[in-house]
Amino acid sequence: MNYNWNWGVFFEELPGGEATYWEILLEGVGWTLAVSALAWIIALVIGSVIGTIRTTQSRPLVALGNAWVEFFRNIPLLVQIFLWYFVVPEVSAPLKAWVVQAEPSHVQFLMAVIGLGLFTSARVAEQVRAGIQSLPRGQRAAGMAVGLTTTQTYRFVLLPMAFRIIIPPLTSETMNLIKNSSVALTIGLAELTFRAREMGEYTFNFFEAFSAATLIYIAIAMTANRVMAHVERRVAVPGYIAGGAK
Amino acid sequence: MDFDFDVIQRSLPYLWKGFQYTVQLTGIAALGGMVFGTFLALARLSSIKPLYLTAAGYVNLMRSIPLVLVLFWFFFLVPLILQAITGADRPPQVGAERTAIITFILFEAAYFAEIVRAGIQSISKGQVGAAYALGLTYGQAMRLVILPQAFRNMLPVLLTQTIILFQDTSLVYVISATDFLGAAAKIGQRDGRLVEMYTFVAVAYFFISFTLSYFVKQLQIKVAVIR
Repeated sequence: MNYNWNWGVFFEELPGGEATYWEILLEGVGWTLAVSALAWIIALVIGSVIGTIRTTQSRPLVALGNAWVEFFRNIPLLVQIFLWYFVVPEVSAPLKAWVVQAEPSHVQFLMAVIGLGLFTSARVAEQVRAGIQSLPRGQRAAGMAVGLTTTQTYRFVLLPMAFRIIIPPLTSETMNLIKNSSVALTIGLAELTFRAREMGEYTFNFFEAFSAATLIYIAIAMTANRVMAHVERRVAVPGYIAGGAK
Repeated sequence: MDFDFDVIQRSLPYLWKGFQYTVQLTGIAALGGMVFGTFLALARLSSIKPLYLTAAGYVNLMRSIPLVLVLFWFFFLVPLILQAITGADRPPQVGAERTAIITFILFEAAYFAEIVRAGIQSISKGQVGAAYALGLTYGQAMRLVILPQAFRNMLPVLLTQTIILFQDTSLVYVISATDFLGAAAKIGQRDGRLVEMYTFVAVAYFFISFTLSYFVKQLQIKVAVIR
């Protein structure tokens, strides 16, 4: 293969001379983690609300929840991010006014977080709904029977169990979210994959740059996996959920 | 804001071409991915250690890195590998469209492999025993007994994965291939009509994916009744 190996390239400086390549890769990791963390919070909060209302007895709420999930699940993530970045500011004058004068990276960051967060919220909502519906019917009835209101039944009986049950699928959604954050490079956000490609284009050491990015993604995924496994053990209900701490 | 419907109508032939590529890419990647994925799944379930480890490593690697990065990897690697195979002086021009097809087959195979593995594992052990007792070889047992049942159980999941794949093919945008979204982006950038083009693409993707998901749900109910 005609390829000039150079594993020392990470310690070389960019053409501008203001930073070395490993430093900009690290900066990219920072953006990847920041986008993923904020989007994850949005996804978890909204996904929990949407998923919960889909299990209520109220028809309008169920319809709203279903519409939300169908909307965000049936449009590709990349298209959704383009909608947030290119289309939404054009139809909202105040947002447009902010976008025009704001720092470009701030706009990219915000739109990536919103796009990724809402996209993932639909997936989380599916998991939350499935988790609540997997509980025995008697749990809801028992909550009502001891005189709890609907809100209290959800708050004290259904949701605490449902959330524990769905930790494994939520873990894989978390991994997907981190991987999906790379799509933000299409609107110019300088996250990890963006930086790896940039490094490849400057140095022609694509192999080294992509290898570094690959290893970093694997490391992040493994860390997220460990954290979620720890959470799962901490909150496991003794004798109830398979795989819980013994 | 003035929404210019005309730009969509004017560019329909070009968008149609892009859409055809999207469908073609989805179809080839789904078929290729299922075939390669089935072999990966069989390798992963095999008792031969090197075979099992290679397949598991491949699947786990593909599943832990973003598709965008995989596209970049292959865009860079495919010409170099072809050059190494053919012994040409310079890397051959492969083109983004063909690179995308190769990438998606190899990438999706990892996801299909996990589905097929779960499908095979859902078949009771007695079926394998029965097949061997009849004197079938491993290949015959898989082909005639296990896989037909497994695929029937897996069908809804495989189709759902294909719908996800259909949406994911829009990511070929990052290597500048002209798929449905790529065609819309090119026209939108040329005419300064990104709002119209991206809205149109979003609506089109939504209706197609929504309709397909609906049919998969119907199928799921049917299959579930049979079981």
